[in-house]
Amino acid sequence: MVLMACGAPSAGRSEIVVSAASSLSDAFTEMAEAFEASNPDVAITLNVGGSSSLREQILEGAAVDVFASADSRNIEDVSGELVGPARVFARNVLQIGVPSGNPAHVVGLEDFERSDLLLGVCANSIPCGDLAERVLAAAGVEAVVDTYEPNVRALLGKIEAGELDAGLVYATDVESSAAVDGLSVNVAHVSDYLIAMLDESSEASAFIDFVLSDTGRQILERHGFVLP
Amino acid sequence: MSERGQTRLPRAIYVAGAAGLAIVAVPMIGLLVRTPWSDLGGLLASDVVVDALRLSLLSSIAATLVAAIVGIPLAIVLARTDFPGRSLVRGLVLLPLVLPPVVGGAALLFALGRRGVVGGPIADLTGLVLPFSTLGVVLAATFVSLPFMVLTVEGSLRNLDRRYEGAATSLGATPWTVLRRVTLPMVLPSLISGFVLTWARALGEFGATITFAGNLPGKTQTLPLAVYVALEQDRDAAVAISLVLVAISLIVLVSLRDRWWRAL
Repeated sequence: MVLMACGAPSAGRSEIVVSAASSLSDAFTEMAEAFEASNPDVAITLNVGGSSSLREQILEGAAVDVFASADSRNIEDVSGELVGPARVFARNVLQIGVPSGNPAHVVGLEDFERSDLLLGVCANSIPCGDLAERVLAAAGVEAVVDTYEPNVRALLGKIEAGELDAGLVYATDVESSAAVDGLSVNVAHVSDYLIAMLDESSEASAFIDFVLSDTGRQILERHGFVLP
Repeated sequence: MSERGQTRLPRAIYVAGAAGLAIVAVPMIGLLVRTPWSDLGGLLASDVVVDALRLSLLSSIAATLVAAIVGIPLAIVLARTDFPGRSLVRGLVLLPLVLPPVVGGAALLFALGRRGVVGGPIADLTGLVLPFSTLGVVLAATFVSLPFMVLTVEGSLRNLDRRYEGAATSLGATPWTVLRRVTLPMVLPSLISGFVLTWARALGEFGATITFAGNLPGKTQTLPLAVYVALEQDRDAAVAISLVLVAISLIVLVSLRDRWWRAL
């Protein structure tokens, strides 16, 4: 897996690469724009993907300055590459995502035992799948799943299209989609989002500070994240 | 290189050719270097791998058969008849070659999903839902591999000397007999090439499958999907599964090429 930066930075403008979990896609697009607006000499290249793919890219030597992961596990796996501490900057909870109007009348996690419904979760190799596994286990539900999607956006897309009756997605994904309704899950598991620097630079450090600042927190909150 | 003696070639041709070989061979070496040889047996005997292998073989062979049943007639029509819009039809049939497979998978979902324009009525009338089913895997593989069958067969039909068919017809053979006894036997090497290429593409199919059919071990998780999921979890397993894919493909492509497949 090789990471390609998008073009050379123009003269006098330094570039940093930020690898961000899929579920951060919208929030971090806005974050990068807001950061660039107040730091016109820095260009942010966003590399969005499943936290586990991003981890693999880093372990294979991709040139990444900042890593924002949807869980602590993937950050711990690259701890040898980190410069400075990994800090929790947001939290997320799972919801049951259903197509608008909830055509299959899903009411709760126990519906994940129904084999007559088409149900999806994330693959347990990625944070949202890991969280889903824990949430279902805590609820004592033996889920009959039809697909283990490789990333949460793919899962959301299939719920949006109405091809799945329900899936366990982040509250932030429900927030971002007009075609998906969310049902709260009665189990208090959250996933911590951590951010860390991989390549020491004042620009990377400034971006992390920006994410942790009030402006950054407001952006995250607007996208449905719970703040630590 | 001919079998009856060496042709002298400019040196630059060898250099460029070697570079071409390296583009394909170097990543394969990377795979071999990373292969956990001592654990290989255990990794490959796991249920996930065995299920994925079975599903991959089943779905790729099924897709090849479907592609043959509909693709060969399509190739014959394209090669032998002239009708308005033929270029458009050919372009359409070849589209899966250039389309990113994920786009193909999304298009399949919009058309054949249970809310799709065609899939909706099918689901209402028969209760058959294609996404997230093994049938969906076959369909996705057929979608991406069909052009290989059509291209190969159509190309060789165009180059065929048509006097033999004319002779058969003048001797009273029906169109069906001409096709069966004259035309198809003459393009047999290309037919075999078509089968092999179609099967190889179907075996490697990933994007359209995961987008249209989802990812469930034992039902829709083919070898390429198993590799993708394993890459994020257990790299040794991912490399081991990749090696299986490479081995199967190489054995089939090499052995068929030597015996049958000189046409391409």
